[in-house]
Amino acid sequence: MYQIRKAEKIADKIYLMDIEAPRVARHCEPGQFVIVRMDEKGERIPLTICDYNREEGIVTIVFQTVGASTYKMAGLKAGDSFRDFTGPLGRPSEFVSEDPESLSRKKFLFVAGGVGAAPVYPQVKWMKEHGISADVIVGSKTKDLLILEQEMREAAGSYYPCTDDGTYGHSGMVTSMIEELIEKGNQYDVCIAIGPVIMMKFVCLLTKKLGIPTIVSMNPIMVDGTGMCGACRLRVGDEIKFACVDGPEFDGHLVDFDNAMKRQQMYRTEEGRALLKLQEGDTHHGGCGNCGGEK
Amino acid sequence: MGDVLKRVPVREQDAHVRAANFEEVCYGYNREEAMEEASRCLNCKNAKCIQGCPVSINIPGFISKVREGDIEGAYKVIGEASALPAICGRVCPQESQCECKCIRGIKGEPVSIGKLERYVADYALEHDIKPERAKQKNGRRVAVIGSGPSGLTCAGDLAKLGYDVTVFEALHELGGVLVYGIPEFRLPKQKVVKKEIEKVRELGVNFETNVVIGKSTTIDQLIEEEKYEAVFIGSGAGLPMFMGIPGETANGVFSANEYLTRSNLMKAFDSSYDTPIAAGKKVAVVGGGNVAMDAARTALRLGAEVHIIYRRSEAELPARVEEVHHAKEEGVIFDLLTNPKEILEDENGWVKGMRVIRMELGEPDASGRRRPVEIPGSEYEIELDTVIMSLGTSPNPLIASTTKGLETNRRKCIVAEESNGQTSKACVFAGGDAVTGAATVILAMGAGKAGAKGIHEFLSGR
Repeated sequence: MYQIRKAEKIADKIYLMDIEAPRVARHCEPGQFVIVRMDEKGERIPLTICDYNREEGIVTIVFQTVGASTYKMAGLKAGDSFRDFTGPLGRPSEFVSEDPESLSRKKFLFVAGGVGAAPVYPQVKWMKEHGISADVIVGSKTKDLLILEQEMREAAGSYYPCTDDGTYGHSGMVTSMIEELIEKGNQYDVCIAIGPVIMMKFVCLLTKKLGIPTIVSMNPIMVDGTGMCGACRLRVGDEIKFACVDGPEFDGHLVDFDNAMKRQQMYRTEEGRALLKLQEGDTHHGGCGNCGGEK
Repeated sequence: MGDVLKRVPVREQDAHVRAANFEEVCYGYNREEAMEEASRCLNCKNAKCIQGCPVSINIPGFISKVREGDIEGAYKVIGEASALPAICGRVCPQESQCECKCIRGIKGEPVSIGKLERYVADYALEHDIKPERAKQKNGRRVAVIGSGPSGLTCAGDLAKLGYDVTVFEALHELGGVLVYGIPEFRLPKQKVVKKEIEKVRELGVNFETNVVIGKSTTIDQLIEEEKYEAVFIGSGAGLPMFMGIPGETANGVFSANEYLTRSNLMKAFDSSYDTPIAAGKKVAVVGGGNVAMDAARTALRLGAEVHIIYRRSEAELPARVEEVHHAKEEGVIFDLLTNPKEILEDENGWVKGMRVIRMELGEPDASGRRRPVEIPGSEYEIELDTVIMSLGTSPNPLIASTTKGLETNRRKCIVAEESNGQTSKACVFAGGDAVTGAATVILAMGAGKAGAKGIHEFLSGR
C-alpha cells in the first residue's frame, strides 16, 4: 500500500496528492510518469509526476477527473492509500542526460496547457537547479483553472500565464503567446510543449513554421505501461512507437496527432457510462449500457 | 476396468455451455478415475517419460503413489522437482513431452500424465498440504526478477536450499504470464495460480510487486546497494509485434497481449471491475499459436463471432492440438491459408473490415515448414469490428539496456548458458522467455531450475 500524505483540490476538477513511494521517488526524473491503481477492482491509471522528494520518499501527482476512476480517486484523503503505485515509467526527458555545457548555451521555451502544467513543472525546476533560466508559457481556459502558478514563477526565468477568456495574463491561446514572444525578438533552441493533444498539435504546426525543434509528451491509453500490451502505440514519422517505453516524449514535428486523438476516443462512451453509473449511485436506473435498466 | 489401451476419459464442460462462460473447460479426474488411470502405468525401470520432462519429475514414482491411493505421497514426489504442478498439469504440452515418450503410447494411448499431475496438485491445494521448507536458512540474498514460471521455480528451488530470496514483479499481481496471459477458463487464477504461488511463499520466498527493474531500480543497484549476491532474470517475453500493414493503429486493433491482459489481469470480462474491453461483435485473430487460441476463445466468450486468420494450413498451426480442438468445438472459425493485407477503417477511425489474400504452401523455409505464398488476384474483403494481432513478441530492452556488461544476441534476447543460466555478467543468471523468446511455461520452469542450480553452485563455490 502507498499512503497519501497530502491531498488537495488545486482547481476545479484538478487534484494534487503527495504519495509515499520511496523506490519511485529515488529514481524518477523529469519526463517520467507513474501508474496507479486504487483498489482490487480498479484500472491501472497512468499519471503525471509533478514533483518528488528523494530524501522523504515522496512523489507528488496531479490529475484531472475525466472518467469514473479519476472521479473516485478525487475522493481519497490524506491517510488513505493507493493499492498500487508503479514507476517511474517511460524515458526521462532528453535534456537530463545532455552535456551540461551544451545545455547551458540553449534557450528553452516550455509551453503548458491546462493540467499539462504539472509534468512541465519538474522539468522547469530541474532547469533552475542546473542554472538554466527557461521561459514558461502556461495556458488555461480561465484564471481559476491556472495551476501551480507560484511554483512555476519561482522556477522559471520568465513566466507567461495566458487564459482563453482573458481573465488573467495574456488573453488568448498559448500559440498567440509564442508568436508574441518571437515578435519581440526572443529566440529559442528547443520548445517543450505538454498539454491536450489538440494544443500540442497547434503548437507544433507553429514551431515547425518558426523552425524551433519541439518535444511533446503523449498520454495515450495504456494498460501495463511496461511495453507489454502495445495499447499506447503512436505513429511517429514512418514508425510505430510505444509511448510507455519509447516515450512518452517524442519529436512533436513527427507525431501523428490526428491518429493519437482518434485513439484516445476508443473507450470514451464506456467511460462516460461508467461515470454516469458511479455518480448516480443508488439512484442509477439505466443509461450506462450495462445494467439493463433502460429496457 | 476399461480397455488398458485407452486412457480414462476426462470430464469437460459442454462446448456449447462453456463457449459463453469463463469457468474452467476441463474438470480433471476424481480419485477413482485417477487411481484407475494410474494403474495403466507400466512403471518402467528406464522411464522415458522422465527424460521428456523439462524439470525431470519422477513420473512413475508419483504415479505409483497415486495407484496406492497415497496422494499426499505423490505430491511429495512431484514437489522434489516442481513447485507449480497444478499449473503444469493444466498448461504443459504433455503430448510433445512426457506423454509422447510413454511406452503405453506405442500400442494404445499414453498414460494421462498431465491429468494425473493435475489431480495430485489440486488435492494438495484443497487439503492445504504444505511443501517442505529448508531446515536452515543460510542468510544469503538472491534477487529474482519476474514472478512468472521461471522466476517462481528458481525462487522456490533456492528457498528450499536455504537462500533468502526476494522476487520483484513489475505488475500489481504475481504470476507473470500465468495471470496476464493464460485465460481463466484454462487456468483458474484464484483457485490454482494464487494458491500455488502461496505455496512458494510458504517456502520462505519474499515478494515485492510494482517494481519495474530497469526503472524503479536496476540490477546493478540491487547488487551494489541492496546487497544481493546473485540475480536471476526471468522477465519474460516483451513487446508485442504488429504486421506493419496499413490500418494497424485504427481503433479496434489490439495486440493479443493487450486483449488478454485486459480480460485476464484486469478482469475486464467481469463487469464489477473498472477496466473496459472492446469485446467486439465480429473478431479476427491473426496468428495460429497458443496465444491466438486464448485470444480467440476469450473473444468468443465475450460474445463475438471469431475467425482465426492463419497464413499456413492446419498442419502447421503452432498451437497445441488440444487448444485447436477446444477452439473448434466452441465455435471458433478457422480461415486457414489466408493472410491480411490491410485493415480497413471507417470515417471515425474504427475498424470496419480487413482485406485479405489467399495463400498456398510452397517450398519448406528455414523453419522446415512449407513457406506460404500469395495466390495472385485472390484478395477479398471481410467485414469486422475488431482485429487481434497475435504474432509473437520481441524482447523488452529495459533490463539489458540498464545492466552493465549484460550481453544480448542478434535477436536482442539475453545470452545465458542453458545448463545453469549463467549470463555474461558474473553474478547474474537468466532463463525463460527473456532468453529464448516466447516459449512454454514448462520450458521456462526448466530454465528457472537450471538457474537455481547455477546460482547455488556459484554461491557455494565462493
